[in-house]
Amino acid sequence: MKIDFKHKQTAHCENGVISNLLTYNGFEMSEPMAFGLGSGIFFVYLPFIKVNYAPGFSFRPQPGLIFKRMSKRLGIKIKRQKFRNPKAAKKALDEKLKNNIPVGLQVGVFNLTYFPDDYRFHFNAHNLVVYGKEKDTYLISDPVMENMTTLSSKELETVRFAKGVYAPKGQMYYPIEIPKEVDFKKAIKKAIRATCRDMLAPVPIVGVKGIRTVAKSIKKWPKKIGTKKTNHYLGQIVRMQEEIGTGGGGFRFIYGAFLQEVSEILNNDEFRKLSKEITDIGDLWRDFAIDASRLYKNRSVEFDGYNKVADKLLVIADKEEDFYKKLKKAI
Amino acid sequence: MNDNEVPQDKSSFTDLCYAVDENGNYITKKSSGWEPKKVVLDNSLDLIDERVEEIKKKVVNKELSPIVYYMELNRMDLSVLAAYYGKWKWRVKRHFKPSNFEKLSAESLKKYADIFSISVDELKDITK
Repeated sequence: MKIDFKHKQTAHCENGVISNLLTYNGFEMSEPMAFGLGSGIFFVYLPFIKVNYAPGFSFRPQPGLIFKRMSKRLGIKIKRQKFRNPKAAKKALDEKLKNNIPVGLQVGVFNLTYFPDDYRFHFNAHNLVVYGKEKDTYLISDPVMENMTTLSSKELETVRFAKGVYAPKGQMYYPIEIPKEVDFKKAIKKAIRATCRDMLAPVPIVGVKGIRTVAKSIKKWPKKIGTKKTNHYLGQIVRMQEEIGTGGGGFRFIYGAFLQEVSEILNNDEFRKLSKEITDIGDLWRDFAIDASRLYKNRSVEFDGYNKVADKLLVIADKEEDFYKKLKKAI
Repeated sequence: MNDNEVPQDKSSFTDLCYAVDENGNYITKKSSGWEPKKVVLDNSLDLIDERVEEIKKKVVNKELSPIVYYMELNRMDLSVLAAYYGKWKWRVKRHFKPSNFEKLSAESLKKYADIFSISVDELKDITK
């Protein structure tokens, strides 16, 4: 069986699955809108957690949170199920497909056979939609892929029961109730307020303050841990920032697109200006990535280069602080 | 980012970028890759290869068990491997020692081999 599901490539998997599933259910919503309503823009620095031998950095909240906040703010009810037994997980999925219900799944990336090898890491919070089954093959709409793809039932089981951090435990989900009338204005205000609260939080590792802490650490790293490790740490920031799914500039451009939509819905030009502002900030993040990657190539021992990229981050932090303060005022 | 600035460098993945057109409106555009992104990704893969090579030597010298080699080869760390093996981390870590590895039961060896999608023979001898 095959459900008439419309695949649309998006930047990010979580927002992509949300927007594609809701569109299928007759509720059209763009990826930036899903992202903005879920207060997706974020920054956190986790120096005490080591991911791939480097500290953790994230430009987005914890997986699943964007979706959860967005559906709550719009009053959309989502049914979620986790499984212990792979057979039960398969049976539940097959039943939904039989009833013509496309289903979102949380999966691990490492064994996704259609991903290029250099992107396959043990990251378990990827999302995709299953929209059909032909014999033993599942039809997959993975929103970060250009085209629809497939997985055998064995492959699908492996990725649904990947182990480690954020183990998906076969999680599947689909919307069960979508309200007829949705108060977008109210949801937008709530979402933007939460974003400003997070990004301006008085916590040294979160939001604008988190960016400053990273910048200060970068200046210390070359002496403390050597240039090779420093490069690796910087690389981790750049990878998180430009990873598949950020739409570029650590999600800052997607947020800019969201603010343009907001300016139309609220009929307020201020948000269009703010959209321009966050776009410029996104460009600064891109510049930071270029400079950081150049440090790799030069392999220069001069610490000056590291101070320069750190200073770039400090400028970004100042601009972002100013931006979220204005955004808070505007809403 | 303006839409004419969306990078079209070579990479293994085409992803979607958000950019503004000449009227300042946001649009989406595919990007075939971006050099700075590739540089850092390649470098992090090189680091893994370096580690794998180092570990390989240690396994041949019987300083470490083959489990460590296959763990790195599969881009895992101790916590991921322990989660797949279904035991505490310290239990798995014990198996990193060649003397403990040699005492493993056929059942445990099979379990590790399955995790790494290899045969038990390959697990025992990394040169195979």
